[in-house]
Amino acid sequence: MGLLMSKGEIVAGCLAPHPPHLVYAENPEQNEPTAEGGWEQLRWGYERLRESLANVEYDAIVLLSPHWQTYIGTHFLGLPSFKSLSVDPVFPNLFRYHYDLNIDIELSRQIHDRAEDAGLAVKMMENPDFRVDYGTITTGHMFNPQWDKPLVVISSNRSRDYYSVEVMQEMMIELGRVTREAILASGKKVVVLASNSLSHRHFTTESAIPEDMSKEHIASHAMHLWDMRMIEYFRTGQSQRILDEMPEFTEQAIAESDGGGLSWLLSTLDVPNYPGILHGYGTIIGTGNAIVEWPERHHKEASE
Amino acid sequence: MSNGELVGSYIVPVHPHTVLAADQNEGWGRLRDAFSEAAQRIKDSGADLLIIYSTTWPSIIGHQIIADPNPEWVMVDNDFHDLGSIPYSFNIDESFAHAWNEANEKRGLKSRTVAYHGFPIDVGSVVALKLLNPDNAIPAVIVSSNVYANRAETTVLAKACMDVVKSTGRKAVAITAMSLSNRMFTKPIDPKDDRIHSLKDDEWNRKILEFLSEGRLEDVGQLSRTIHRQIRVNKVVAFKPMWWLSGMNQNRNNLTGEVLAYEAIHGAGGAVVHLDPAASGAGDKEYDEDDIEYFSGERNVLDAQGDDGEIVSGTTSAAPLQANGPDLWEPTESDDSVNSDAAPKPVGAYPHARRVGDLLYLSGVGPRQPGTNSIPGGPIHDADGKALNYDIKAQTHAVVENIARILEEAGGSINDVLDVTSFLVDMDRDFKGYNEVWAETLGKVGPTRTTLAIRALPTPIAVEMKVIAKAPSIE
Repeated sequence: MGLLMSKGEIVAGCLAPHPPHLVYAENPEQNEPTAEGGWEQLRWGYERLRESLANVEYDAIVLLSPHWQTYIGTHFLGLPSFKSLSVDPVFPNLFRYHYDLNIDIELSRQIHDRAEDAGLAVKMMENPDFRVDYGTITTGHMFNPQWDKPLVVISSNRSRDYYSVEVMQEMMIELGRVTREAILASGKKVVVLASNSLSHRHFTTESAIPEDMSKEHIASHAMHLWDMRMIEYFRTGQSQRILDEMPEFTEQAIAESDGGGLSWLLSTLDVPNYPGILHGYGTIIGTGNAIVEWPERHHKEASE
Repeated sequence: MSNGELVGSYIVPVHPHTVLAADQNEGWGRLRDAFSEAAQRIKDSGADLLIIYSTTWPSIIGHQIIADPNPEWVMVDNDFHDLGSIPYSFNIDESFAHAWNEANEKRGLKSRTVAYHGFPIDVGSVVALKLLNPDNAIPAVIVSSNVYANRAETTVLAKACMDVVKSTGRKAVAITAMSLSNRMFTKPIDPKDDRIHSLKDDEWNRKILEFLSEGRLEDVGQLSRTIHRQIRVNKVVAFKPMWWLSGMNQNRNNLTGEVLAYEAIHGAGGAVVHLDPAASGAGDKEYDEDDIEYFSGERNVLDAQGDDGEIVSGTTSAAPLQANGPDLWEPTESDDSVNSDAAPKPVGAYPHARRVGDLLYLSGVGPRQPGTNSIPGGPIHDADGKALNYDIKAQTHAVVENIARILEEAGGSINDVLDVTSFLVDMDRDFKGYNEVWAETLGKVGPTRTTLAIRALPTPIAVEMKVIAKAPSIE
C-alpha cells in the first residue's frame, strides 16, 4: 500500500488459567458473588505476571479459551464489542460477571484470513447476542483487570475429541504459525494468552465454603508428577519436549491442553527454547494450574 | 399417599436447526414436524410436568437442577451462531426442583439447585422446551449431565426423581435432549448436502432406533458404553441419557416405542422418539446389571484420604458399602417370633421381633440392607478399622425403613411404634441429622424416645434403634 509499517511483535506469551474461582476470590465489582479470599498462590502469581508486564507497551491481547468449544473449525469473535452477563454453567455460585470488552476486529480478521488460506476451517462470530465464555473473561480479567486493551478471542476447536491429540496438535501448531505471522505483519505489539489448566481432574464435591483452602489439594499424586514435569520443561525452555509429550500428558493427566491452547501458544511463540518465568502454581478443586510467562526479552537474548 | 406416574418419555435432538432453520433442509423440517407431533401427544396425555435431562449442560459438582421459576435470556449456539438467536422465557417448577434436590441427597447424590438471573440454559433444553412446550403451558424442570457420573449415579438420579413424581402425584413426561451418533462434519456444509456422517454411524443409529421402537429401553441403556465407543465423539459427556431414561421407566424393556423421525443434523444423528409406558408385546428381556437404590461413590474426596495419600473409595465400588463385620445368622424361630426376608439378617441367634400379648418387641434394628448387607450412607469404617465418611441421615432413614418392614411382616405398620431407644456411636456428630430424620418419620408417629451414646455397634453402623410396638390383633 506504500505505507511504511513497523514490524509487529509478540511482547509476551503466557499460560494463563481461567478457573472462575480466581475472579470469585478477587471480589471485583463486576462479579456478583463475594468471597473471603482463597487461591492466593495463583492470584499472587497473576499479580507478579501483571507487574512483569507493567512497563511493557502493547496494543492487543490474543486469547484462546477452551470454554468456547467449537466442533466445526476455529471461530473468532467478530464484532467490535461485547457487553453482557456471563454466568458459569458449572460454578454459577461463584461466577456471575458483568463484562464489557472490546475486540480488535482488524487483527481478528487478519488471523482468520491467514488461517483460512492455510486450509483451516474458520468462521467469524458476528451474532451480537452471543455470550462470551467464562474462560475468556476470567483470564481476561486476571491478566488485565482494567480491560483497557482490545482482545482477539479464538475458540477451542475440539479436534482432539474428533480425532486425536496428535491431530489436534498439528492443527493448533498451524494455527499458531499463522497467528504469529498475522501479528508480525500487523505492525502491532501483542500479548498472547493460552487459557488452560494443566492436570484437569476435578473433585466432584465442593466444600461448604468454596474458598476453604484447607480442602484444596491436587487430585492425585500422579497429577502432581505430571504438572511438575511440565513446569520443569517450562522453566528450562524445553518447549519441543512439551509438544512431543503432549499426547501422553493430555491423556494421562486428563489435561486441559486437550483444548489446544498450550500447543497453539508454544507455536505462536515459535517453540521457545528460552526459559519461561513461573509466576505461580496452585490447585483449584483438584486441578493443577500454572501461570507462566515467556517474555520477548528472553526471546531476543536467546536469538543473540 | 399420592400416585404420580410417568405418562411418557421422549428422546429429542439438541442442535438449533429445528428451531432456526427447519426450512433449509427437508430432514430438519421432518424433525420439526416430529417435535410438533410429540408436543401434541404430550398435551393429549394430560401431563403436568416436563423433566429434561440434557446432555448439553455438563456439570462437575454433582447434578444441578434449574430452580429459577422464570429463566429468560437469548441463547446463541457456540458453533451455529450464524443461524440466529433463540430468545427464551420458560416456566420452571421451582418446588419440584427443590424436592428433587432433596430426594437426590437422601439417596446419597451430590446435587444442587440453580436459580441465578442470566444462567445460560443449554441449547438442548432450549430446543426441547421451545418445540415441545411452545406456549409454556406445562411447567418443566431441567437437570444437568454430570461429567463424572457413572451408571449407578445416573440411575439413582432417576429414581430420586421418580420418588418425587410419585409422592407429589404428578403426571410427568421424561425427556432426554441428546444426539444418537454425535460426529458432526468439521467444516461448514450446504444444508441440502446434510447426511449422517458415516455408514457406521447410520447403522448404529438404526439399531438403537430398532430397539427403541420395540420398547427395549433398558437394553439400549445396557448398550450405552458400547454405543459410546462405537459412534460417539468423546465430548464432555458419555452416552448417559439412556441410563437416566431407563431408570425413570423402572429399567423396563417392554415399553411401547415409536420413532417419529430420524434425520441428520450437520452429520450427527437426530431422532424424535416416543416411548409410551403401556406394555408392548415385546416382553421384558433379561436384565443383568445391578439395580441401584442408593449412591455411595466418590463423594468424600475432600476429607477421606488414606495414609498413602490416595483417595479412599473408587468411583462406584460397592466394596465400601459392604457392612464389614461379624458373620450373619438366620433369625431364630419360635411360636411367637416374627422374622422377615425383607429385613437384614441378624448378627447372632435372635429373631427380628417377638410378640408378647399386645406388644411386639423388636431386636435392635440397624440400617443394613437385606440381601446385599450394604449400608445406605456408607459404613463408618472399613475392614481395617480406618474411619470413613458416612451419611447419618441416610443411615437413619434406612433404620426406619427396616423397622417398617419388620412391623409389616407382623401385619402392622410403622404407625404402631410405641417406644424407641436409639443408640448413636457419635452423638456430637450425628444427633442433628438423626434428629431431623426422626422428625420427618417416627416423630410424626409419636412414640416415646430415649437416645444414648455408645462406643460401638457390632457392624460398622452409626445408629441402631430398639423398638416396642403395638401388636396387630390376631384374627
